[in-house]
Amino acid sequence: MDRRSFLAGIVGGFAAMGSGLWLPAAWRAGISPAGAAENGLGAFSGKRSLIRRTYRPPNFETEILAFEEIITPNDRFFVRWHLGEIPRIAAETWRLRVGGDSVDRPYELTLDQLKREFEPVELLAVCECAGNRRGFSHPPVPGVQWGHGAMGNARWKGARLKDVLTRAGLKADALEVVFDGADRGVIAKTPDFVKSLPLWKALDENTLLAYEMNGEALPHWNGFPVRLVVPGWAGTYWMKQLVSISVVPEPEKGFWMSTAYRIPKGKFPLADRFFSQEEETTTPVTTIMVNSLVTNLQEGQLWHVGSPITVRGLAWDGGSGIRSVEVSVDGGKMWQEARLEPDPGRFSFRAWHYTFTPRKDGEYVLMAKATNRQGSIQTREPIFNPAGYLNNGMQRIPVEVV
Amino acid sequence: MSARIPERVGVLLALSMAFSATASAGEEQIELKEGTGRDTVVTHCVLCHSLDYVLMHSRFMKKANWQATIDKMVKVMGAPIRQDDIPVILDYLTKHYSAE
Repeated sequence: MDRRSFLAGIVGGFAAMGSGLWLPAAWRAGISPAGAAENGLGAFSGKRSLIRRTYRPPNFETEILAFEEIITPNDRFFVRWHLGEIPRIAAETWRLRVGGDSVDRPYELTLDQLKREFEPVELLAVCECAGNRRGFSHPPVPGVQWGHGAMGNARWKGARLKDVLTRAGLKADALEVVFDGADRGVIAKTPDFVKSLPLWKALDENTLLAYEMNGEALPHWNGFPVRLVVPGWAGTYWMKQLVSISVVPEPEKGFWMSTAYRIPKGKFPLADRFFSQEEETTTPVTTIMVNSLVTNLQEGQLWHVGSPITVRGLAWDGGSGIRSVEVSVDGGKMWQEARLEPDPGRFSFRAWHYTFTPRKDGEYVLMAKATNRQGSIQTREPIFNPAGYLNNGMQRIPVEVV
Repeated sequence: MSARIPERVGVLLALSMAFSATASAGEEQIELKEGTGRDTVVTHCVLCHSLDYVLMHSRFMKKANWQATIDKMVKVMGAPIRQDDIPVILDYLTKHYSAE
């Protein structure tokens, strides 16, 4: 059945409300067409206790408590979509098209072929939305008002993108690799969510076509059956429900590259540049910033004079790895080195802790700052930009000692 | 969506698509405040997204921000909103969901 006849077939299920307001009959009756579910992602979504930002497209973030382990469980991993039409994909019928003007031999892959015909690779990597923490922007800016949880760290398993591209035969003029997922806008005019990578990043040995996440198939809401894993780069490039890969000699010009996910040029210390997408005043987000998160303290928590308290947290960056984390209990005047747990890999969350015994009562302001192996340090205040991207400002957590 | 499909039917079709293709259980509980223009706002906005997008932004949006948002929805996202519905939507959002 094509899209039009499919639509025509269900128009009968609609009813007109007063004031010319058209809504599905099921909506008026208070029955969800998708089945009841407390979190809005559907009864069989494989998700629990996420914080809802929006229902549709679904945008849900991970609770801070879920970051007490360095691996974020699949059922608590954040969900972020741009467009409203997100099909359920069957593994058996899924196909990945590999082509574009800059390959010699376009071809298609089944999921089985992707798993059997290419060497499987596993790695730990943080997927962090470029807009993580946008809700803390001063002044506020439009966009999903994320807290700290639009990120997660998982063990990804998949084929190297490089191996898949090499089979197609790259031409000398290849410049960018363009990715499209199965998701679409509700109306045809909405720009499809299409992203590209520079060829060098697509050929990086750590860039994967992942079909497993923490030892299981990807959850539907995290891109089943296959998503792109781009360690070190912002989540916007980690395309979900991947269906097409095109190697091209020209920069991708769609809305999601040319307008969205851009930052003022020269304002951020990005580790990687994406030259073919740079414009006079803006540049695409690329690497995520060195950052940290306190995971076991809440604002307004009570401490007691003379009782030791252990502050725990995570640190991560865009792939150089974490060199150090420092903690301050006086709002950033004095800093002490936190103890880093063993390094699980340069793209992973790294856990740290710091134990402190308050000697007098009063208000304390706890802060943490991470430094990566390139010497980049978190900024005290986030770097303001109109879309609220790449916020790595230090947290300030007031705690009372009695 | 073909240009030959009348706008109202187009809205209807797209709305049906949204609900058939996406699990969105729960969003029907979101109700916008009573007021002139509410139905126009709801009809057009739910075509592509749930109404919590409106609530999420009300903390800081001003009239100029809502104007920019409506312009983006029409010009970039292709929302089928008639010219004379735009001031109705803008006035409603500014009156009920803005910081001024």
